[in-house]
Amino acid sequence: MPRQPSARRSYEGVVACQPVTIPYRRYSTESAAWWIGRALRELVKKSGLRPQDLDGFALSSFTIGPDTAIGLTQHLGLSPRWLDHIPLGGASGVVALRRAARAVQAGDAEFVACVGADTNHVDSFRRTLSTFSRFAQDAVYPYGSGGPNASFALITRNYMNRFGATREDFGKLCVAQRDNALSVPHALMKQKLTLDAYLAARPIADPIHLFDCVMPCAGAEAFLVCREETARAQGWTHVRVLATIERHNAFPDDPIQIRGGWAMDAGELWAMAGLHTGSVDFVETYDDYPVISMLQFEDLGFCGKGEAPDFVRSHTFTNDGSFPHNTSGGQLSTGQAGAAGGYLGLVEAIGQLTDTAPGGRVPNARIGLVSGFGMINYDRGLASCAAVLARAA
Amino acid sequence: MSEPLARPRRKNPLARTRLPLLPQGARSRTAHGLTAAAAEGRFALQVCADCGHVLYPPRDACPRCLSAKLPFKNIDPNGRLIAETTVRISTDRYFHERMPWRIGTVQLDAGPAIVAHLHGDTVEGERVRLTLKLDKSGSAVMFALPAQETPHMQADRHWREMTCDPQYRRVLISDGRNAVGQAMAKAFAEAGASTVFVGIADPWKPFPGEAELRNIAPIEVVPLDVTDTASVAELAAQNGGRIDILVNTAEHVRPGGIIERGNLSVAREEIDIRYFGMMRLAQAFGPALRFRGADGVNSATAFVNLLSVHALMNWPAYGASSAAEAACLSASQCLRAELRPGGVKVLNAFFGPLETEWYQTVPPPKLAPAALARAVVAALQDGLEDIFVGDIAQDVRERLNTNPKALERELGSH
Repeated sequence: MPRQPSARRSYEGVVACQPVTIPYRRYSTESAAWWIGRALRELVKKSGLRPQDLDGFALSSFTIGPDTAIGLTQHLGLSPRWLDHIPLGGASGVVALRRAARAVQAGDAEFVACVGADTNHVDSFRRTLSTFSRFAQDAVYPYGSGGPNASFALITRNYMNRFGATREDFGKLCVAQRDNALSVPHALMKQKLTLDAYLAARPIADPIHLFDCVMPCAGAEAFLVCREETARAQGWTHVRVLATIERHNAFPDDPIQIRGGWAMDAGELWAMAGLHTGSVDFVETYDDYPVISMLQFEDLGFCGKGEAPDFVRSHTFTNDGSFPHNTSGGQLSTGQAGAAGGYLGLVEAIGQLTDTAPGGRVPNARIGLVSGFGMINYDRGLASCAAVLARAA
Repeated sequence: MSEPLARPRRKNPLARTRLPLLPQGARSRTAHGLTAAAAEGRFALQVCADCGHVLYPPRDACPRCLSAKLPFKNIDPNGRLIAETTVRISTDRYFHERMPWRIGTVQLDAGPAIVAHLHGDTVEGERVRLTLKLDKSGSAVMFALPAQETPHMQADRHWREMTCDPQYRRVLISDGRNAVGQAMAKAFAEAGASTVFVGIADPWKPFPGEAELRNIAPIEVVPLDVTDTASVAELAAQNGGRIDILVNTAEHVRPGGIIERGNLSVAREEIDIRYFGMMRLAQAFGPALRFRGADGVNSATAFVNLLSVHALMNWPAYGASSAAEAACLSASQCLRAELRPGGVKVLNAFFGPLETEWYQTVPPPKLAPAALARAVVAALQDGLEDIFVGDIAQDVRERLNTNPKALERELGSH
């Protein structure tokens, strides 16, 4: 059944604020609960709220098991009246935002703390991979155990075969992101990356090479969702939520992934926002591998299917470029702290639109697009989502 | 193009033996439907009984119509390799020491896209044939072969992880006095085994076929009596670390049921030779087999049981003997679990009446020992776990699937 975009209620009166990043570490001996606790503490400290004021809590974490959000309420001493556990990996941040926004809008909660956090012990990445999902156990992990590198290698290879993308195209995105990351104090990758170094890097799972891969690490990201009038009264800088979309398991009959759920819902996203692709000042894509950023450019409408290689060749992607992209360096340069990776772009976008981003700023940024992607259950990422955010007037 | 397999060098006795590691063998219960097909060399996927949708990975509800009726059915294994990658870094210990490792996405003509291991002669963009193999963990994996045979394709490094090819391996045939043991020795010699040890109890006693056997180059006659624990232990102490495939050919087929026998003496012999014989072999040679599961080109790879198909359903004409076979079948399942940590397979070859003396009065069709031996070698080359050799074995297998009670009555009606 065709849906009418106008049928959806706007997010009028709801804002996101208090972007928090707990600086990442390659390995951590601390638990996921420790990282979640650091993020909440920072959120409370910045906002001046007390922990008991947080009446809504949304959590995403791969390494918190066997706990879920409910166990963390007791662990952290929260008594929320609205609680959500969002196990959606790279889609977690935007999905937390849209759920929390509706809860605040409906009055079910006043202050929703949204947290994505994971630890990274020396062996936790392998353990997460081998038990990631039933399909991964049955049909992925026994096949060379290259993990997501191998799965995305197949997607990348197919995309190159079909649409003529080259390693130089992927490299251009990676190099620009590294430039953006150089001013971010907590980015794990601190050295400038050249295209030559990108091309000369060692192969991991052909055609994926070292600098196409994110670095698994420990870290936490968080933000707060509340009413606009509350934020104003408290004097908190904040961003408005113009539109969001979410879609899971789109296009199941594509033999190999060449598009995500954005392609189903992008029209609605722009209609709800009352904007078009030309209106955005910067874009934060989910960049677990550069080919996925290209899929997002296409599926969100910045160019047509298969046109991302040309799009990349005709733009520059640094914060002062023609298409500012992953303005803090993305996961490729700052690291992938598990589910916090699904928050990174959103937290950075809130920072850009409130002039609090830790690194370089996009000049005169008023509208930002954040996109999420996650959960490679078998051969493709299942979850996709996006949000259009605007600087408060 | 695959390179022919190089003959392994003599092992340095001081070098450490690399311990076997396994790929992850855990599967959902439903996914073991693939293991059942792989064990017999079939290619089967779930097919929705309500809407005909062909599914992969295995599921418990049809993603097209939500039906729960999802039986595994044999499916056209042909498709196209649409993307490939060479994995060079692995978090998994088994694959880590086998890098680089190629995998790819195969789109089957029957529908689903399947991530599979790739034979070295497969080419991206071209046609391939998918097979289901048991990997070293004993669970099923998808393995893509080129659509047409290629030279030396058996020698492919990834393929050999899935198979138990006798080439350049050392084989022990436990009893060479009987026709099956001799046929087996010849078949393994022809399949390129580097040594075929053939056990003979009381070697000073001559036996038919002895001269011919001793004349075949890789065959080496060794003293072995499976009813004598000391004899089995002695051979294992001497040669246990040099045996890669063990084939138990000891047999003791005698007609007669339970009541007619009148006493236990023949049944005791059957149990001693067949069941205890297998146990003695397993206890003496099993530890070394399991330890040497990753010991290079000629790693330990298989324990072969020859079982009457009447292990699965008693044939009262040979009723007491059938019961001894059933004991061996049960023991083989235990042995599988015990050898699996070494990546060593247990092949059960089920057969009907043979063209041998103790089945003299049984009407045809009967199975020639040479045909049984060829089937065992082929099954090892293919890495199978259960084979049904000959018309009778196939027939019993089919009828067991359809109506086991009818089979019981019919076998008992003569």
